[in-house]
Amino acid sequence: MPRSKNLIPGAVLTAFFTALALISFVYTPHDHTTVDIVNRFRKPLGGDFLLGTDHFGRDILSMIMVGARISIAVAVVAVGVGMVAGVPIGLAAAANKGGILDELIMRVNDLVFAFPSLVIAILITAVFGPGAFNAIIAIGIFNIPVFARLTRGAALSLWQRDYILAARVAGKGPVRISAEHILPNIANLLIVQGTTQFSLGIIAEAGLSYVGLGTQPPAPSWGRMLADSQTMILFAPHMALFPGLAIVFTVLGLNLMGDALRDILDPRIRRDAR
Amino acid sequence: MTFLRSVTTAAAVLLAGSALAKSNLTIAIQLEPPHLDPTSAAAGAIDSVLYSNVFEGLTRFASDGSVIPGLARSWEISENGLTYTFKLVEGAKFHDGTALTADDVKFSLDRARAEDSTNAQKALFSLIASVDVIDAATVRVTLSAPNGNFLFNMAWGDAVILAPESIEGIRQTPIGTGAFRFSKWVQGDRIELVRNDDYWGDAPALDAVTFRFISDPTAAFAAMMAEDIDAFAGFPAPETLPQFEADPRFNVIVGSTEGETILSINNKMPPLNNVNIRKAIAHAIDRQAIIDGAMFGLGTPIGTHFAPHNPAYVDLTGNSRYDPELARQLLAEAGFADGFTTTLKLPPPSYARRGGEIIAAQLRAVGIKTEISNLEWAQWLEEVFRGKDYGLTIVSHTEPFDIGIYARPEYYFQYDNADFRRLIADLNLEADPEKRAAMLATAQTMISEDYVNGYLFQLATPTVAKAGIKGLWKDAPTQATDLTGVSWE
Repeated sequence: MPRSKNLIPGAVLTAFFTALALISFVYTPHDHTTVDIVNRFRKPLGGDFLLGTDHFGRDILSMIMVGARISIAVAVVAVGVGMVAGVPIGLAAAANKGGILDELIMRVNDLVFAFPSLVIAILITAVFGPGAFNAIIAIGIFNIPVFARLTRGAALSLWQRDYILAARVAGKGPVRISAEHILPNIANLLIVQGTTQFSLGIIAEAGLSYVGLGTQPPAPSWGRMLADSQTMILFAPHMALFPGLAIVFTVLGLNLMGDALRDILDPRIRRDAR
Repeated sequence: MTFLRSVTTAAAVLLAGSALAKSNLTIAIQLEPPHLDPTSAAAGAIDSVLYSNVFEGLTRFASDGSVIPGLARSWEISENGLTYTFKLVEGAKFHDGTALTADDVKFSLDRARAEDSTNAQKALFSLIASVDVIDAATVRVTLSAPNGNFLFNMAWGDAVILAPESIEGIRQTPIGTGAFRFSKWVQGDRIELVRNDDYWGDAPALDAVTFRFISDPTAAFAAMMAEDIDAFAGFPAPETLPQFEADPRFNVIVGSTEGETILSINNKMPPLNNVNIRKAIAHAIDRQAIIDGAMFGLGTPIGTHFAPHNPAYVDLTGNSRYDPELARQLLAEAGFADGFTTTLKLPPPSYARRGGEIIAAQLRAVGIKTEISNLEWAQWLEEVFRGKDYGLTIVSHTEPFDIGIYARPEYYFQYDNADFRRLIADLNLEADPEKRAAMLATAQTMISEDYVNGYLFQLATPTVAKAGIKGLWKDAPTQATDLTGVSWE
C-alpha cells in the first residue's frame, strides 16, 4: 500500500518518544531535578552526560525523558477532554438538526473557534493561575469545538442512511441511535482527528510552558527548557537544540502517523481510491 | 538666541557623520513605572527614571552613596540637633517656569508627613515637628527628637521637592527642578526627557534622553547586541556579560547595589513561625551555588539584612552556613523529620526565577517540598506583599539602609519582635556615630539569629553601555539612573 508509506516513520518516532516517556518512570540517567552548579553547561557526549547539562547542571537527557512524559500526558488528557465533551455535543447537535439546540451548540462552537486557540489558553492560565492542570483544561477547551464540529458533520450524513431509518422504525430514540449506530461508524474519523489534535496539543503545551504558563518548575517541560536556553544559545547551543529536536520529531511523528491513519481509516478517502 | 541655536544644531547635524559627540542617549531599564509621582508609590522604577534627572530634594545621593547638597545649598544644625535651617540654591526654577521657594519645600514636606499622605516611606518624615518659612530662600525644619539620619532621609527619592501648582497632574506630567524636563511617555515602551535649559546647576551634556523598558532577558540581550539602545542599567541577563565584555563595541560595568536579596519567609505561617524551622531553611541553602547559578558569580554573600559595603556591616554568614545535615537534624527536632510542603512565589527578575529553582532543589534535598509559582510583579505585590499569602518568596530589597523594615510587624514577612522595635526607635534618636554602629551591629545580629529570612546575597548591578559613554553610575546607592553627568566621548 503506497498510500501509507508515512506509517512506518510516523509510528517509529511516536513509539520512540512514548518509550522515552515510559522508561522515565523507572529509569533516567540522572535525577532530573538535581541542581549541580559545578557541572553546568557540560557539552554533549562528554563524560557522564550524554546530551550535556543545562545552566543549573541538570542532565538534559533526563529532563527530556521526563519532559516527554509530561508533554504526552498533557496532550493525551487534553485531547481526551476535547473528545469526551465534544463528541456528545456534536452527536446531540446532529440528532437535533435544524433545531434550537443544534443552532445554539454550533453558534457557541463558532464563538470558541473564532478565538485563536493559544490566546484562549493564555487567557485561562492567566486567570486560573499557571500550571500543568490548567494547561490541560485550556488545551482541552479549544479541542471541544474541533471534535463537536467533526462529529456533527459526519453524523449528519449518517442520519440520512437507510439503516438509521430502520432503527427509528424499530422504535429506537435519538440517544440510542447516536450511541449504537452513529458513534461506531465515525470512530475512525475521530481517531484520525485525535492524532492531529494530539500533535497540536504537544505544541500548545510547549508554547504555554515557553511563556511560563504551562508546567511549573521543577517539573521539566520542553517549552520551558527552550525559554531558559534563549540567552545562552551562543555559548551553550545544546541547551536549545535537544528540546527543540524533541518537539520537532514528536510532532512530525504524530503528523506522519495521522496522515497514514487517515489513508487507512478515513472512509471518504478509501472510497475515492477505489 | 534661537538663531544661534539653530546654527549650532545645523553644524551638529553636518558634523554628526564625523567624530562629533552624540548628544542624545537611549538607555533601557527593566521595569516601567506605574505612574510618575515618586512621593506616592513604593515602585523603585519611578526613581529609576526621575531621581536627580527630573526631581531633586534638599539633599541628594552622590554616585558613591554619600549625601551631598541638592536644592539646599547649605544648612545649619542647632546645638541640640533639633532644628535644621536650609538655604536654598539661587535661581532654581520648576519646569513650568515658576521659581522654587521655601513655600514649595514646606508644601512638599508637609504633604509627605500629613495624616492622609500616601508616601511610601512616611517614616522618613515622622520626626518632623514643624516646617517654617523664614524667607523665600530659607526654610527651617524642627524635629521632635534629634535624628542622626535626617539629611540622609531628605536625599531619598520619596523626599523630593514638588510645587503645589503642578501637584494635580504629577502622575502623568512630572514637573520638577532637575536638569531634564519630562517630555513624553509612551506607555509600555518609553519615557522621553529633554534638557532643561533653565537649569540652576551645571548644564548636562546630553540634550535628549530616552528611557526604554525591557524586562525580558532575551529581548534585553537582543536590543543591546543590535545597538537599538545605547546602554542598559541593571542588565537582566548576567550569563551574557562575557559576550559583551569580549566585544569592543561595549563596556560592562559591574557595581554594587543596596539590594539585599533575601529568601523572605512568612514568619506568621506555620510551621515557618518556628525559629528552628527557619534556621533549618537557612542552613539548607548554599549561597555560593545560588550566586554562581542564578547570577553567574555576580553578588556578595550576606548573613543579615545589611549592605556589605556599609562600614557598620557585620559578617554573619557563619550563622547560616551551608550545612544540610544540621538542617535535617533541626527539622527532625522540630517534629518535621519527613519535611513539609510550602509555597515559593517568585517575581519576574532572573535572580528570583533562577534562584528559586536552585533553592527549591536545595530545600528538597533536606525534605522541604516547595510549590513554585511564577508571578508577574502586579500579582506578586497583590498576593505576597499586600496579601501576605505565601510561605517563601525571593526578592531584592533595594532601598538603602532599610533594616528598619524589621521593626514593622505588619510588613509582609511579619517579623514581630518588641526588642527589635525598641532598638530601632533608639537608633533613630542616636546621633553619635560609634554608638550607632554598635546598635546597628546588635540589630543585624538579632535578625540573623532569629533567622527572620534567608539572607542570600547583595545584588550586583551590571550596566552594559556602548563604548564611548562616560559618567554612568557604577554602583546603585539608591534606585536612580542619574544621567546629568553622562556624556559621549
